[in-house]
Amino acid sequence: MQLTNRSKVVVRKEMSLAERLYLPAILGGLFITFKHFFRKKTTISYPEVQRQFTPVYRGHHVLKRDEQGRENCTACGLCAVACPAEAITMTAAERKPGEEKLYREEKYASVYEINMLRCIFCGLCEEACPKEAIFLTDKIVHSGYERQGFIFGKDKLVEPVEADKRVDISGRLTAHRKN
Amino acid sequence: METADLIFKIVFVLGVFGVSLVIAMYSTYAERKVAAFFQDRIGPNRAGPFGLLQPLADGVKMFMKEEIIPTHADKALFILGPSIAMLTACMTSVVIPWGSSLIINGKEFVMQITDVNIGILYVFGVVSIGVYGIMIGGWASNNKFSLLGALRASSQMISYELAMGMSIIALVMMTGTLSIREIVESQPGAHWNVFVQPLGFLLFLICAFAETNRTPFDLPECETELVGGYHTEYSSMKLGFYLFAEYINMFISSAIIVCLYFGGYNFPFLNSLGLSHNATAILGTVLMFGKIFFFIFFFMWVRWTIPRFRYDQLMRLGWKILIPLAVLNIVITAVVLLFKYDLWNTSIN
Repeated sequence: MQLTNRSKVVVRKEMSLAERLYLPAILGGLFITFKHFFRKKTTISYPEVQRQFTPVYRGHHVLKRDEQGRENCTACGLCAVACPAEAITMTAAERKPGEEKLYREEKYASVYEINMLRCIFCGLCEEACPKEAIFLTDKIVHSGYERQGFIFGKDKLVEPVEADKRVDISGRLTAHRKN
Repeated sequence: METADLIFKIVFVLGVFGVSLVIAMYSTYAERKVAAFFQDRIGPNRAGPFGLLQPLADGVKMFMKEEIIPTHADKALFILGPSIAMLTACMTSVVIPWGSSLIINGKEFVMQITDVNIGILYVFGVVSIGVYGIMIGGWASNNKFSLLGALRASSQMISYELAMGMSIIALVMMTGTLSIREIVESQPGAHWNVFVQPLGFLLFLICAFAETNRTPFDLPECETELVGGYHTEYSSMKLGFYLFAEYINMFISSAIIVCLYFGGYNFPFLNSLGLSHNATAILGTVLMFGKIFFFIFFFMWVRWTIPRFRYDQLMRLGWKILIPLAVLNIVITAVVLLFKYDLWNTSIN
């Protein structure tokens, strides 16, 4: 009974003399490998040559400052709520008088930690953030030997104040946010 | 023996020893580079320019590694194994003629360590001792995989030695000598034996692959089945010796193939160039090394082309195909020689 028309008839054909000799096949194989000898090599010599990342690459997080160098984050906790891996924790604090140059609003995150071993770099924190404070950049998170070293605090996440050391995240902004 | 002869011999022995070690060393580099190129990669390129210092780095690594002798292993035999492998690998180069001769101060020096009149038999003898290196090493390790590897190595090498010897017989019948130098000298210019003995050459080449345990006949160290084969338990420089011996063997068998079938240091139009005797000799040696390097490359080329044989296929090829073909080759050669001899005889009368 035929169930489908995909069945194939097995052909058990006797091998010809050339096939049984095995040598023509070896010569053919040698020719193929020899062609590869002169092919363009696919290797990228890593530290000297670096492969271009895609524009949507999601790597190391950054906590942005505004134009005046004040931290954008208000410790609302939406990123922590959005995080599917529960990698983000933070402690909120109230801005004291005299700290207006450091934090943009009255509330800020005194502690902001991302556990990079838990993080899956999905970018949902970035999407959840109402203050444009957290972004994922094209920087690679470095490997390490100790688990403790993978909990990144504000020292590693907040971008520097100096204008020339700011992290460029323009590639991550969607069209309507850019305007 | 005169002092000049003695000094030349000592220098030459050391030279041959050094050259074969250096070539074996750089064969490891070449193997990795060739493998990489065949797989569209670049290969080692970090140690020195183009990675040329890689063999040195590997050597240092081998020496620095921890020396482990398993508690269950037979200590003396465990050390003897790689020693025999290395010793026999180095011994074969003695009878190979590396060039015609040099004339220094009006005295002729032959560029060969010693011209034994049974050179080929000597090579075969030494190579068959080489099996013991693998056998003893694999057995002394007291490890199932090592033993299986050693078992395969010995049965494979013994089976293929037969076909190899028989493929040589036809050649010996033709040239009428067992001395490698005389065989080389019987093929001047482009009268290489490969054109008269193509079948013999093919058989010899296949057997050479099996004798040096190279792919497609590398069953003794078949990683996918036997972990590492006969050298599973070896580490440090003892492992290095085994690997090194394999590369020296590859170099020597290339040299023997070149001597027996590709005219050794002979090359078309070499003698009609009008060069001095010494220059011709040196150019011949250089050309011979060119041929040898081609065959080393060929060994590697085949390694990255053909998959490994199954064990029963290996045995079938050896006993049921190569040996009958070798016998056929002997018969054909004998018939042709007989007719030629008859013709020659009748033409004289």
